[in-house]
Amino acid sequence: MLISIRNLRKIYRMGQVEVRALDGVDLEVEAGEYLAIMGPSGSGKSTLMNLIGCLDTPTSGEYILNDQRVSDLDDGELASIRNHEIGFVFQTFNLLARATALANVELPLIYARVPARERHRRAREVLERVGLGDRVKHQPNELSGGQQGRVAVARALVNKPSILLADEPTGNLDSKTSAEIMELFDELNAAGNTLIVVTHEEDIAAHARRVVRMLDGKVVADERTSPAKAAP
Amino acid sequence: MIWDNLLIALQAIRANKMRSLLTMLGIIIGVAAVIAVVSIVQGLDHVISTQFEGVGVTYIMVFPRQDLQDPDLAGREVTLTYEDGLAIMERATGLRYFNPIFVRGEVTRSGSRRHASMLLGVGPFHQEVSNHWVDRGRFFSDLDMQRSARVCMVGQEVIDELEIEEPILGTDLIVGSSAFTIVGIMEYQGEMLGQNQDDFVLIPITTARGIYGIEAFKQLRLDFQAESPETVQMAKDQIKEILRVRHRIPEGVKNDFQVLLQEELLETTGAILGTITSVVAGIVSIALLVGGIGIMNIMLVSVTERTREIGVRKAVGARKSDILIQFLIEAVTISLVGGLIGVLVGWGLGILGANAIPGFPPAFVPLWAIALAFGFAALVGVFFGTYPAAKAAALDPIEALRHE
Repeated sequence: MLISIRNLRKIYRMGQVEVRALDGVDLEVEAGEYLAIMGPSGSGKSTLMNLIGCLDTPTSGEYILNDQRVSDLDDGELASIRNHEIGFVFQTFNLLARATALANVELPLIYARVPARERHRRAREVLERVGLGDRVKHQPNELSGGQQGRVAVARALVNKPSILLADEPTGNLDSKTSAEIMELFDELNAAGNTLIVVTHEEDIAAHARRVVRMLDGKVVADERTSPAKAAP
Repeated sequence: MIWDNLLIALQAIRANKMRSLLTMLGIIIGVAAVIAVVSIVQGLDHVISTQFEGVGVTYIMVFPRQDLQDPDLAGREVTLTYEDGLAIMERATGLRYFNPIFVRGEVTRSGSRRHASMLLGVGPFHQEVSNHWVDRGRFFSDLDMQRSARVCMVGQEVIDELEIEEPILGTDLIVGSSAFTIVGIMEYQGEMLGQNQDDFVLIPITTARGIYGIEAFKQLRLDFQAESPETVQMAKDQIKEILRVRHRIPEGVKNDFQVLLQEELLETTGAILGTITSVVAGIVSIALLVGGIGIMNIMLVSVTERTREIGVRKAVGARKSDILIQFLIEAVTISLVGGLIGVLVGWGLGILGANAIPGFPPAFVPLWAIALAFGFAALVGVFFGTYPAAKAAALDPIEALRHE
């Protein structure tokens, strides 16, 4: 099992009020799955994604990622897990504006302490894989929305993570660019990558093979739209 | 990692050229002020030191002390004679050479040219004591001294001013109302603090006594060379003792002479220059403080502006220490680049300043001043960069990613 979550809770205290952003979530994800997490705003899907992505620590409960109990790791260890196990694709892609596509993709490798030459080689390789081999020296403002998305995906993939986490990846895109990104996701999943996409759009979720629906901090539905691919 | 951070820092500086320059201004002004003043002061110090070092640490100078304001001296005839010098050489230990010096301004003439120079009556060991030697010709012989011969040595400036032509040696020179034959030319010494060091005529002290008389010889300057640096202080004490006895100075009354060591001359000038330097250092530390606050301010702005970037970096695996180092390096880079510009500007100002004052020695920037300037700039960067960098490092990645 790649992800094993048991009774996960995240409680925020705002003065006297207790906000149960996550209220006992259980979830298991196998390698190679293509999962969509859906729900209205305030349902806890973002909190769940932050916890899966090791950006946050739970109030209680257990989260095991790749046989590691990440629910009780400290800050520095979480940074290392994010670096090696998680690839993020953010809603607005969050590319560094003044850095080239290559430099953006190299970022995780810098923090993995990969030597410069090796870094260039691997970043270039991944950019070629997402079809941007001829755009490595371009800055984000010289790239189209779809191309920026590809750079973001390349950055997420470059350190060979166990999970690709996407937060509303098409939230700000026109339908043509959205389709382009989703097509890339489908290809990545077909190639064996584990994908978790947080979205509130049904047609995006339709690309996934499994849809988890959340409401008020709880999982209310977990449907498999088509059988998950077995782990290789 | 450090290298990558340095590139990121340089990129950030280049992206905001004007802002970076303004931020650096405090550091630039501070460092430039240090370097400019230090370069001028050190130029001065350098020249003075090399001049005094020429005579060596064993050099002792005794001269009559005349102070009309001093009740101890009032009504006394202040004298310092050749006999005093001989008595000192006889009784004091640890002295090697003695050179009595008679000083007087005189007009020199050659052909139709006239020129005012310094006339010095000197003893046979003038060369050894003042460490200033004959360049061409010969120094006075014992016979010259015994016979009060009418011979002289000249400095280069006298030759130039009077336009004496070759062969210089053997040419007659009128000094005051007496004629002398030039037997030697002294080594060229150049200028010191705008004063020509080669505008003099040397004659044997015995000759000077014959011409100017006993009365004019009551106030000489007595120069000595001690045997070794260890005996200088002892010799100085003995000279004081011997002269007080010879001059019959009662207990509790001040000396009517002054004994100076080369070391003390250096210390005095060193102390003056040191005071100037520390006053400037005080002003500069304020400039650096202001510069540092400027850096802190701009770094805080930079951290706020780049909150999302920090979030992204953390999300892809940057540790707190990575972010801390990145922003610290950026702060230090700004202060060091400011320091570099400051050193160059200050150096230029020093050269301009030294050239603008006539007769001033060339500016001289010692390596320690540059090292100090850079050290301080780096320190300012680290000190004032730490708070913004720590603030950046402590950012919560989720909050940072949400930041608009």
